Formats: sequence, C-alpha cells, structure tokens
Amino acid sequence: MSSENPAGGEQWASRIGVILAVAGSAVGLGNFLRFPGQAAQNGGGAFMVPYFISLLLLGIPLCWAEWTMGRYAGINGFHSAPGIFQVLWRNPLAKYFGAIALLIPLVIYMYYVVIEAWCLGYAYNYLTADLMLGEDAAAYGSFFSGFVGAEKDGALFESGNQQLLVMLLVTFALNFALIYRGVSKGIESFCKVAMPIMVVCALCVLVRVLTLGTDRVVAGLGAMWNPDPEFLWEPKTWLAASGQIFFSLSVGFGIVINYASYLRRNDDVALSGLTASSMNEFFEVCLGGLITLPAAFIFLGAAATTQGTFGLGFNALPNVFAVMPGGRFFGFLWFSMLFLAALTSSLSMLQPVIAFFEEGLGLRRHASAAFLGLLSALGCGFVVFFSQGSVALDTFDFWVGTLLIFILALIQSIIYGWAFGIEHGYKELHRGAHIRVPWFVQLLLKYVTPAYLLAIFVGFCYTQGPTYAETLSKGGVPLYSVLFIGTIFAFLLLLIHIAGKRWHKEGRFSTRPQ
Amino acid sequence: MTPAGWATMLLSVGAVLTLMGYCLYRVLTLPPLEMEELHGPLDIDTGDTIDAD
Repeated sequence: MSSENPAGGEQWASRIGVILAVAGSAVGLGNFLRFPGQAAQNGGGAFMVPYFISLLLLGIPLCWAEWTMGRYAGINGFHSAPGIFQVLWRNPLAKYFGAIALLIPLVIYMYYVVIEAWCLGYAYNYLTADLMLGEDAAAYGSFFSGFVGAEKDGALFESGNQQLLVMLLVTFALNFALIYRGVSKGIESFCKVAMPIMVVCALCVLVRVLTLGTDRVVAGLGAMWNPDPEFLWEPKTWLAASGQIFFSLSVGFGIVINYASYLRRNDDVALSGLTASSMNEFFEVCLGGLITLPAAFIFLGAAATTQGTFGLGFNALPNVFAVMPGGRFFGFLWFSMLFLAALTSSLSMLQPVIAFFEEGLGLRRHASAAFLGLLSALGCGFVVFFSQGSVALDTFDFWVGTLLIFILALIQSIIYGWAFGIEHGYKELHRGAHIRVPWFVQLLLKYVTPAYLLAIFVGFCYTQGPTYAETLSKGGVPLYSVLFIGTIFAFLLLLIHIAGKRWHKEGRFSTRPQ
Repeated sequence: MTPAGWATMLLSVGAVLTLMGYCLYRVLTLPPLEMEELHGPLDIDTGDTIDAD
C-alpha cells in the first residue's frame, strides 16, 4: 500500500469513495436541467458532436490535470488552493491566484444552497400534495415565484412566506453537519449512500417517463435527440457545448484539486479521474438526456425546448407531474433526487475553504466550520434578501459561477502545462495509475486546452459580456452583488497573505517538493 | 423521431454506458487495497524459546 500522507490529517478511506465524492461534486442540477435545455437550443442531437469533442479535448484532460496536481500537493502537505499553487509553482505570487479557487466554491455555495433549498421545498410540497395544482400552468409559475420570493426583495422574510427560509436552515444545518464530520466520515460516507440512491430515483423516473405512451415518448425523445446539423456551423453551439462540459465536470471550481489532495502518494488518479468523469456523463447523457426534456415535451410540446434551467426544473416539470399518473410520488422522487444531487455538490464547495482555514490560519475544524458558516450565511442572506427576479443569484452565477471558473481553469492549465511541466505531470499522473494515458494528452493540456479555454472565454465575453456590463452600469442589486463578491475576494487575499507568512515561518517551503 | 435521432441517441448513450461500464469494471475488479498500513500483532522474540525443547 502506498505510504500515508506525510502531513497526516484527512484521507479518503477507499478508491470508490473518492470516485463517488468527485462524481457527487460534479453531478448536480446542471446534469438534469441545464444539459437538456442547452442541447435542445443548440441543434438537438447535433449538439453531441461538439459536446463529445469538448469532453475528450477539454474536460477529461483538465480533470486529469486537477487530480494530478491535487494529489502531488497533498503529499507535500497542502490541501487548499493557495498552498497547492505555491507547491506547484514556486513563486511568491502563486498563492494569491489560489484566492480565485477559494472564492469560486465559496460564492457559488452562497446561492447554490438556496437552490438546494428550493429542491427540498419542492420535495416537501409534493409529500404534502401542495404542489398538485391541477392543469393550470400559470399556477406553477405563481407557486415558484412566491416560493422563491421572486416578486420583491425581502419577500421571503415576510410572515406567512418563510417556508423557504426554514428549508434553507435545514439545508444549511445538514451541509455543515456532514462537512464537520470530515472528508472520510462525512463527505465520503454520505456520497457512498447518496449516489446509489440518486441512481435508483432517477431510474424510477426514467422508467415512468419512457412508459407514458410510445408515440408521445418517441416524439419527446425526438425533441432532444433529432440532430439539426446547421447548428454545427454556428460558433455559439461550440461555445455552449464546451461550456456545458466545463460546468458539468466541475473543472475550474477549485474542488477536484482539493479532493485529490487527500489521496495517498501512489493512489491512482488516472482511472479514478476517468471513472468520476464517466459517472458524471452517465447522469447527464443517459439520465438527464432521457428524462427531462422528453417528459416536458410530452406535456408541453415545443414550448418545453425554450425553457431555461430553472424554468424547466421548477415550472415545466411540475406541470408534467400534475398530469402524470402517480405524479405526486414521482414529483417527490424527482425533487428528492435533485436535492441529493445538489447536496453532494454543495458539500464539495465547503471543503476547499475549510481546508484553507485549517492549514492556512491554523484553525481547528469546529472553528473553521463556524467561521465558514458565518461567512457563507452572510452571502446566503444577501441572495435570499435580494430575491426579486433572482437578480442577486443570477449575478453571482454569472460573475463567479460562469466567468471566473473559465479564468481559474485557464490558470490551472497554464500552471500545469508551463510551471509544473508536462513531463513532470506525465510522471505524476502515472504514479500508481491503473490505466495508461497517452502522451499526447499532455501536449493537449499544454497547448490546445489553454488556447481552447481562451477562445471560449473571449467568445463568451464577446457574446454575453456587454449585456452584463450594461446591467452593472445601471447600479442596483447587480452592482451591490459584484461589490459583495469583490469584498469577499479582498478578504480572502488578506487571509492568504497571513497564511503565506505563517507557512514561511513554519518553513513549509524551505524543502524541495517530494 | 428521425433515424438520425435514434442513431445519435443510441450512439451517445451507448458510448457513455460503455465508458462508465469499463471504468467501473476496472475499479471494482482491482485487487483489494493492500493492508500494509495495518499492523498485525507484533511478533516479539523474547528469547526464552531459544533453549526450548
């Protein structure tokens, strides 16, 4: 067996445990709600061409790079991005880039946990039959608006409308109860149970959807899978596919690099990384691709293909469950599954920051968890208060959950390809590996992936940037949200500066990495 | 659903299932993690058996 982490501390207890944890981090609402919508709006089946190309050229190589870098830094005693980057790139500035890898999971958590609470709330309302509102489509839109406080800021704090707050408190408590138990007893143990339950729930809903009546089901599948090759000539299709792969596999979130740091020196990363990615693709293509849009199309027709992520999940599908035989039960199953998917993801967002508080500031777990709880509660409170039109949530999602992850992925691919080095990376990737990864993947990571990421980033800024910049210029909640993010970022930079001084005082970088 | 739609769906789902199946097969058929980090009972030679019959 490989030697233990020389820094001691937390480690994964099993091979399948770390795979399920990484897969759990990746599998979330996007697999079931975002992917089908993206495919339908970008040529249906034709979307799968750029999708799989992006998976092979961008997604899986970047996953391997993150796993490799994380494990390498972990055996050198670091589990948080600032420390990890410092190990990989021996430059005093390296640790400050790690601030992005802390900011991303922290800020995403602040709004993701709110959406997670939506799922719990919907599951509860199916249990109590409060979401069986008949065939009036407007009733579901109205329910959603009221439930999430979309009508006005502060609506969720008004008496008589606080169900979401209760759900959020429960969700928050559950997240922290699990994260407090640690990597192995908390995250790993939970994912070992949650992931199989998710598969069972999703399969039940899948069977239900596919047995709704042959003609209708086939027509629904056609809405998702019939290819329109003309879309292949549009750059936005390739942009959308690459973006989807990116978000789906959770690369550039600072999470995989943290999770991998708890591996032992000779634990495999090649097969594990590929397995976790393939599991994510199973949930996305085989479950999300066969359930969501076909179900929505069967009952809503072509209108289903124009719904956004939230519209599809919280408006269109409740309409479907309302008229589906056994709809209340399947609605409960579906939203419970979404809640579990979101929970395994949100847990993964907490761990990188806790790891930094522990190793950078010397805090014990209960203090780290309390500090993180306070910080994230502030952000959650911000999102929940400014609920009108979900503007705060949308703004956080764009600037951090969309734009910044491209930046971090670019930074990570450059660090891997140019600072850490692909020869070193190749050797590290194959340490303890159970499969061989072709050498050309290293060349992809050094030359193709950064260029591809930069192209996506520039394309994304070109197509979406002006709209968001204009929104910011008008002030109000979008501007407050960006200022809030900026404040958190500045705070993290300060903490990293303090951590850096501690590490140097402790002589953490005085020896060459192993 | 068109024939191209069927083909796309079956190829996509099939490819993912094949990849995941292969990966899980490889992971689950790996030999158990060696127990080197678990220490067995210490075999202490107390020396008092040297002259034993």
